[in-house]
Amino acid sequence: MTVASPNDFQDSLQPQGWLRYFSFSLDHKVIGIQYLVTGFIFYFIGGALAGVIRAELASPISDFVSRETYNEVLTLHGTVMIFLWIVPVVNGGFGNYLIPFYVGARDMAFPRLNAVAFWMIPPAGILLIGSYFITGAAQSGWTAYPPLSITTPALGQVVWIVSVLLLGGSSIFGGINFIATVLKLRRPGLKLMQLPMYCWAMLGTSILVVLSTPVLAGTLLLLSFDIVAHTGFFNPALGGNVVVYQHLFWFYSHPAVYIMVLPAFGLVSEILPIHARKPLFGYTTMVYSIMAIVVLGLVVWAHHMFTSGTPPWMRLFFTIATSFIAVPTGIKFFNWLATLWGGKLALNSAMLFSCAFIVNFVFGGITGVALAQVPFDIHVHDTYFVVGHFHYIVYGGTVFVIFASIYHWYPKFTGRMLNEDLGRLHFLLTFVGFNLCFAPQHWLGLNGMPRRVAEYDPSFTTLNQISSVGALLMAISSLPFLYNVLVSAFRGQVAGDNPWNALTPEWLTSSPPPVENWVGAAPLVEHPYGYGVDEDTLSLEAATGRDLWSGTGRR
Amino acid sequence: MPIPSSLVTLLVGMALVLSGLWVGYNVNLLPLDASVNAPVYDSLFRVLFSIGTILFLGIVGLVVFSLVRFRRRAGDHTDGLAIEGNLLLEIVWTAIPAIVVLFVGIYSYDIYERMGGMSSLNDHSAMHRMPAMETMEASVSTAGAGADPMAGTALKAPRVWGGIGTGGGETNVLPVEVTAMQFAFIFHYPEGDITSGELHVPNGRPVELRMKANDVIHAFWVPQFRLKQDVIPGQPTVLTFTPTKAGSYPIICAELCGPYHGGMRSTVVVHEPDAYDAWLRKNSPVTATVASAPSTPTA
Repeated sequence: MTVASPNDFQDSLQPQGWLRYFSFSLDHKVIGIQYLVTGFIFYFIGGALAGVIRAELASPISDFVSRETYNEVLTLHGTVMIFLWIVPVVNGGFGNYLIPFYVGARDMAFPRLNAVAFWMIPPAGILLIGSYFITGAAQSGWTAYPPLSITTPALGQVVWIVSVLLLGGSSIFGGINFIATVLKLRRPGLKLMQLPMYCWAMLGTSILVVLSTPVLAGTLLLLSFDIVAHTGFFNPALGGNVVVYQHLFWFYSHPAVYIMVLPAFGLVSEILPIHARKPLFGYTTMVYSIMAIVVLGLVVWAHHMFTSGTPPWMRLFFTIATSFIAVPTGIKFFNWLATLWGGKLALNSAMLFSCAFIVNFVFGGITGVALAQVPFDIHVHDTYFVVGHFHYIVYGGTVFVIFASIYHWYPKFTGRMLNEDLGRLHFLLTFVGFNLCFAPQHWLGLNGMPRRVAEYDPSFTTLNQISSVGALLMAISSLPFLYNVLVSAFRGQVAGDNPWNALTPEWLTSSPPPVENWVGAAPLVEHPYGYGVDEDTLSLEAATGRDLWSGTGRR
Repeated sequence: MPIPSSLVTLLVGMALVLSGLWVGYNVNLLPLDASVNAPVYDSLFRVLFSIGTILFLGIVGLVVFSLVRFRRRAGDHTDGLAIEGNLLLEIVWTAIPAIVVLFVGIYSYDIYERMGGMSSLNDHSAMHRMPAMETMEASVSTAGAGADPMAGTALKAPRVWGGIGTGGGETNVLPVEVTAMQFAFIFHYPEGDITSGELHVPNGRPVELRMKANDVIHAFWVPQFRLKQDVIPGQPTVLTFTPTKAGSYPIICAELCGPYHGGMRSTVVVHEPDAYDAWLRKNSPVTATVASAPSTPTA
């Protein structure tokens, strides 16, 4: 078995120290941090765009930006948040940093491909944001439905397509890399069913990425032909079919939701047992439910098209398939609740964000099951109800987990702790702001406010203003976070190698870890969640980490 | 004497179910119900709202209870109990959600059928019965086929791609042709050859909207009717509804269609039947000339 080591490739030209974060580094930890920092930069850009949207919607008339600009802003907001923030951060960022540790490898399977995958992101992002200033950005929403995307200004739309193709390519490279790493680079003796849950989440996610992203790429290529070469794949004036585009688009873009939430499920499965001091409840069912979500996630796409040109049998089939995704998802949530039950919960920022994730995601999941029902969806499709629903899933779900993960793994990244008081302030502001922003949107949608509008019925003004205040709170909440992250890197309390007293392999080395992850052989961690006291077991204080992870002295 | 935990669980569960049902049936989040299928929709909403409230309160309750009851006390560095799983629990919380979603799915199928969603425009089954296809498609637009500009010959009636049809069982259907364009809806009444920017319909009579789009995808939505259907260029769709309450309700475009998407609104005016006849007579170029002289005293 050959393990690619960064040392094989390193020569004297490779920068060291902080400069390596700006280089074509092959170290998975450097690439992980590169993904994370780049992702956060785009998060703040996307957040500023959301600020423009909420400022416009603070009054019922179109008065803050022009109508064309508003459509550009909402298109950029969706594209940036999905393709440049959540997907790269929960997959590329944490995946690159953690997966090699979890499988006991010294790097990813294809380090060079890994670096290429990351370095496709900054040009794609610059292209996308730059299109607003140079050519005018795309105006057809992140879904880019034809014929609107064919009739709006062509240059901005083509730049959008090129940028999404680059990001999709980056995502596919990453997916191939994760599958190869999890399946092929496991330390000898480490069995699949001993892997930490995040590995399973990333394996499932990467299968979805590799199966569905090429479909999006092909679809967008055809769309660009329609725009540039005036072909007629999706142009009804030339005999094309606009609904075919929707099928192809959602064949990727519904699995994309799972590409955004499955890694979050994995991350939260790592965080909860450590801060609850209990084993992860129901490991085996958790694994099977991830794989069930992967399979079901591929056959539910048409629930985005219940009011489109969809025949009745298709509406029925996709209702039932979509409803059944609630079962494996529910299993995961009950298992997390059981993990908390009877534990010794440390109420730190990582735990608070994780528990808020459970609350928010359950809310979004319940509205999701409702939306899966055709008769329900026919009323609220394309309204603010849907906007509220998916922000509860992707923000209340995944972004809350990203914050929990930053508080949890920051000591590993930097060797220093984040300030807990600032962390709890950040949590409080985010949780209140988030719910204030998105909860009222459900009522707005039920009562007649469609999505993607710059103007609305004046009777909806008050709730929209409450929602905008919530958005402002969310913006303010990022200030203590930014201050905390920047200042703690230099002045934070020194963490030590394993501040959480954790058993998963990334903590069984120094913080921050050495280039090849471990001095000496990688440890064999057969019980990554072996917390907890049985009647006749040794106490944690009395044991060394090595006793615990090697299984000696355990039972 | 300590209260047994099974009794506590039972009581908490009953309280949860009761509060969920109370919320579902007493908290009204929906606008006025002004069509035949709106009360049907609302009953589905109440059921989903009740189930959702029970689940949400239960899970949030468990999270909050755990955070308080199982929080780590100062100075305590020990672990929790080493419980790694429980097969019976896993089976229970797989089976219960499966039964709930199965029930919800079957119930919403029933609701959808009562709304007429399953009955019409079976173009998929029609494809398997090729000889019957043309007659079936034609039946969707028989009532107004004469005035349909897209039906060049009776046999080449346009295929209907989606929506909710009348199911063929209705008589007395009022056909209205809807054309959506950036950024307006145009309504054309084959009965009186009226073209209007507002939709006027009589109370209690089924209306069949035959919709086509000129430029990009739009969507026809009336929140008070709980109905929405995309209007798709190149693919005619239908939407059938029966209004039950006289009044004016907004028609809203729900699919991003360009810069003025938010302004693409119109009004549906539901008249009492005689007021509708008066509106029809007043605006129809055909009947206005023929029937003006004899009917002036009563109109």
